[in-house]
Amino acid sequence: MNKELTKNFASGHSACAGCAFPTIVRTILGESPDPVVISNATGCLEVTSTLYPFTAWKTPYIHSAFENASATISGVERAHKILSKKGKVPKKVKFVVFGGDGGTYDIGLQSLSGALERGHDFVYVVYDNGGYMNTGNQRSSATPYGAATETTPVGKESFGKVEMRKNLMEIVAAHHIKYAAQANVAYLGDLKKKAKKAFEIEGPAFLSVFSPCTNNWKFPTSQYVAISKLATETNFWPLFEIENGKYKVNWATETPKDLEEFLKTQGRFKHLFSEKNAPVLAEMKKIVKDEWQRLVNKTEEV
Amino acid sequence: MTQFSEKKFDFEEAAVIKHDIKKAPKTGDWRYMTPQVDKEKCIGCTTCVPFCPEASIDMKLYKEGQKTKADIDYDFCKGCGVCAQVCPVKVITMKKN
Repeated sequence: MNKELTKNFASGHSACAGCAFPTIVRTILGESPDPVVISNATGCLEVTSTLYPFTAWKTPYIHSAFENASATISGVERAHKILSKKGKVPKKVKFVVFGGDGGTYDIGLQSLSGALERGHDFVYVVYDNGGYMNTGNQRSSATPYGAATETTPVGKESFGKVEMRKNLMEIVAAHHIKYAAQANVAYLGDLKKKAKKAFEIEGPAFLSVFSPCTNNWKFPTSQYVAISKLATETNFWPLFEIENGKYKVNWATETPKDLEEFLKTQGRFKHLFSEKNAPVLAEMKKIVKDEWQRLVNKTEEV
Repeated sequence: MTQFSEKKFDFEEAAVIKHDIKKAPKTGDWRYMTPQVDKEKCIGCTTCVPFCPEASIDMKLYKEGQKTKADIDYDFCKGCGVCAQVCPVKVITMKKN
């Protein structure tokens, strides 16, 4: 067991073999200069790391329900503020919330929005695997267009999810917070830099991290790094940050790879390669291209 | 009313669970493919270390004067094969148990 990496989050948790979020959790918490307090929305991370009577967390950890992880940390942060003023607790503590995309894009959006608006000093991390993977792959508003899920199955008349992904980064940016960034688990250097920045600034910061799900995206357990890399190389998941309202792209290429290269690695997209679904594939490519263009336009705005 | 106010509620103290690695489930039982590092050929680049979901890779010094090389803790390794996939020189091989 690696002592350095397991300072905050130990081995022995029961996440699927080849899951990406342990890496995300360790990388982000490793960048915190101070002790951390964690609030965790219900989801894979909570279920797998806190099997009663064990826990993989070496830090103070509060499990909250799906919808109130941010509200919980707001209370903790305010209580700490008062108690540290009275000299009862150490001054420097960082507050982190981990949530899946279900607990962030859908169910926890109102509490997240409230906490961002009130300006609590915390870091929100969403590990985005595009669905409710813990309960068996139901669609969430982070599921990409065309993906097959339990609730948007593929059949004679259907081709998977018919709606586009929600653009959470823009929703978060609309709260005028100082720092929000989109990162990818395959680019750990970039993720570290963003986590460090998020911890440094005072007030709320938001990180959205790409986290492939081996079980429900249907790919071999060894592939999460390769697939994450392809997601960024095909512009499906661009790396960018929003600092004081200014957009900045962190990784770009003149010649992005074909989107098919990313899609064909996963079972949830395999139906897109039939002749019947060719228009869906074309539409998907268009969505990715348009979203990328929108992002580039934003970086040029002054 | 009186009955209600007289009764003292004795709340159970909140359950506090502390991490103890000795009690942690040994997830090594899950493994059906075992990664093996070729210690002669490992270049000690540490690429695999942060990507391991179980954090079960350590860098170990085998010979004085040489670089530290990847060493896998089989107590927790689930055998996912990520290390073998990310290895730039492909010296980690997955073998069936």
